[in-house]
Amino acid sequence: MNFLDLAPLAVVLPIFGAGAAFLVRRRIKLQRLITIGILCVTLVLEAGMLAAVWGGESYAVHIGGWQSPWGISLMVDGFSAFMLLISTVVSLAVLFYATSQGLADGDEPGPVSVFHPAYLILLAGVSNAFLAADLFNLYVGFEILLTASYVLLTLGATAERIRAGTTYVVVSVVSSVIFLMGIAMTYAATGTVNMADLAVKLPQLDTGPQLILHVLLLIAFGIKAAVFPLSLWLPDSYPTAPAPVTAVFAGLLTKVGVYAIVRTETLLFPGGAVNAGLLVVAALTMVIGILGAIAQTDFKRMLSFTLTSHIGYLIFGVAVGGELAIAATIYYVGHHIIVQTSLFMVAGLIERRAGSANVTRLGSLAKLSPALSLLFFIPAINLGGIPPFSGFLGKFGLLHAAAQDADALTWVVIGAGLLTSLLTLLAIIRVWARMFWRRAADAEIPNPELVDEAAKVADQTAAGGAQAPHLGLKLARELEAAALPWGMRYATGSLVVAGIALTVFAGPIFEFCQRVAAQLIAHEPYINAILNY
Amino acid sequence: MSVNITFLVITGVLLATGFYLVLERTLTRVLLGIMLLGNGVNLLILSSGGRKGAAPLFRPDLPADQYSDPLPQALILTAIVITFAVTAFLLAMIYRSWTLTSADVLADDTEDIKVSQSTAYDEEEDSPVAEDTTEFVDEEGRPIREGEE
Repeated sequence: MNFLDLAPLAVVLPIFGAGAAFLVRRRIKLQRLITIGILCVTLVLEAGMLAAVWGGESYAVHIGGWQSPWGISLMVDGFSAFMLLISTVVSLAVLFYATSQGLADGDEPGPVSVFHPAYLILLAGVSNAFLAADLFNLYVGFEILLTASYVLLTLGATAERIRAGTTYVVVSVVSSVIFLMGIAMTYAATGTVNMADLAVKLPQLDTGPQLILHVLLLIAFGIKAAVFPLSLWLPDSYPTAPAPVTAVFAGLLTKVGVYAIVRTETLLFPGGAVNAGLLVVAALTMVIGILGAIAQTDFKRMLSFTLTSHIGYLIFGVAVGGELAIAATIYYVGHHIIVQTSLFMVAGLIERRAGSANVTRLGSLAKLSPALSLLFFIPAINLGGIPPFSGFLGKFGLLHAAAQDADALTWVVIGAGLLTSLLTLLAIIRVWARMFWRRAADAEIPNPELVDEAAKVADQTAAGGAQAPHLGLKLARELEAAALPWGMRYATGSLVVAGIALTVFAGPIFEFCQRVAAQLIAHEPYINAILNY
Repeated sequence: MSVNITFLVITGVLLATGFYLVLERTLTRVLLGIMLLGNGVNLLILSSGGRKGAAPLFRPDLPADQYSDPLPQALILTAIVITFAVTAFLLAMIYRSWTLTSADVLADDTEDIKVSQSTAYDEEEDSPVAEDTTEFVDEEGRPIREGEE
């Protein structure tokens, strides 16, 4: 019995947890305890799994002892274990954030009690998609996470959420239909849906059918990963959801799509037949996404646009191919999950502190909310790609890999990448200058409460004078503590620290990513682990 | 493997009609479109299992063309269940949308419209800077300008 045989528990535990949490839906404290407990156990399990495959091992679990390619197999290798661990870390932080928010707002029983079960099911779906070693199981994983996400996105069913939710559901369903078409045609062409088996059989097909299957699957995953021009649904639907939901969606859902793209591109279609197209798409995703971000005044919508824009970097890495580029892509995925989630959590905090996340209404937050400013600033410049943070390291790795024997098109995309990085910085700095630096009274639509508070803090600072200059800061901190529960601040802070850890331990993590990339490109580890039972 | 052409034609018609309906703004039509899409894809999966109408039962001594492939049927079962759940959810959402807005049409995103109608002029960045702004003041609070002592 290998420890990695416990891998199915990463899917099974959250599912059973969801059942249990639903049964006790009238007792919200117990429900919270179950959800957090289940996630903690899953986290420990997945940390163990990652440790077991850290050196570059691949291990396949054959469910029920059915041999591949007939049975359902789960694949634990560096890539899937890395994604599993990061997704669980992120969702645990968001869960603490949501719990703290719920505790502060009072425990009302009602439709919201469906949050915890749906959250666990979402995680089960994400884990299943990461572990799946056949296309159909991947589809099932997608469906589990999507169905849970429909529920989470329309939580409370207000008019705005229903409108946004409808767009989201319809787009997701269409992408699932296209994925299913891809699976049907793949099965018709090769007689298997097992990915290891496909890796052997797909190259034997003619290039025509190969290309059709390739493009069909790419379109399906491209919608899920929000790649331009299939990305326009995302900024419409994410910002209306409750803050914790948006945070976890931003972190995980699109990255499941990216994970599927990396898997299929490296394992099933390694020839790079559409790489030139992917390069163009990557450049468009980056540039158009970030231009959209600059036009926004709502911070959550701006973040949604930067989210889709930076997906472009990941597609760029996949399109360049090669060990270094794939390694940088994997590192960048980790960075992107953590940074986007922490920024969306900060957006929730801003909304709570100042009553709105619209930059036209805000100001003075640097003086009014010192902890919040720090929580915003670190992930923001991390996103903008300022050294020494992980955003810089990831982008540097990607561009460095791309610049090695690059052709003209690749140079253009490298230019687009640099431009996008610069524009991201511009977007972030504009938000910083308006929300945090300018006076609340200077806002286009000033918020009287903020103006009032800012005046009080300024009075305190003036009253303290040179003897007690910290009086104003003290008042600001008291006001902040009253508005933001400590749990929400610490949950966000822990994720910001995780982002910094990705920078501090960049050396070993990037080495690990390189091992994983070599493994992904080599194929044999994957095929041997699955087929040689 | 031989494929039943009728199946493929029906699949094509169902998918085309489905995609057309999904592009509508009326939610019930979108729902109908999604149901057609689901059925179309299920037929496509079924036709991927070959043409035979034989039972999906396998005996070791049976030649390959005497039984039909059970896997596509298992896939379809899963897909039907998923489509069913999604259809139920969409129906509930359409009903909710109708209760809230008494309209069966998907509304535009108000933020989107606001952004698309906003001008390039940005008050924070483009408004002219007053001549005498300076952050440096002397003891009496009068601004100090360049070149003054």
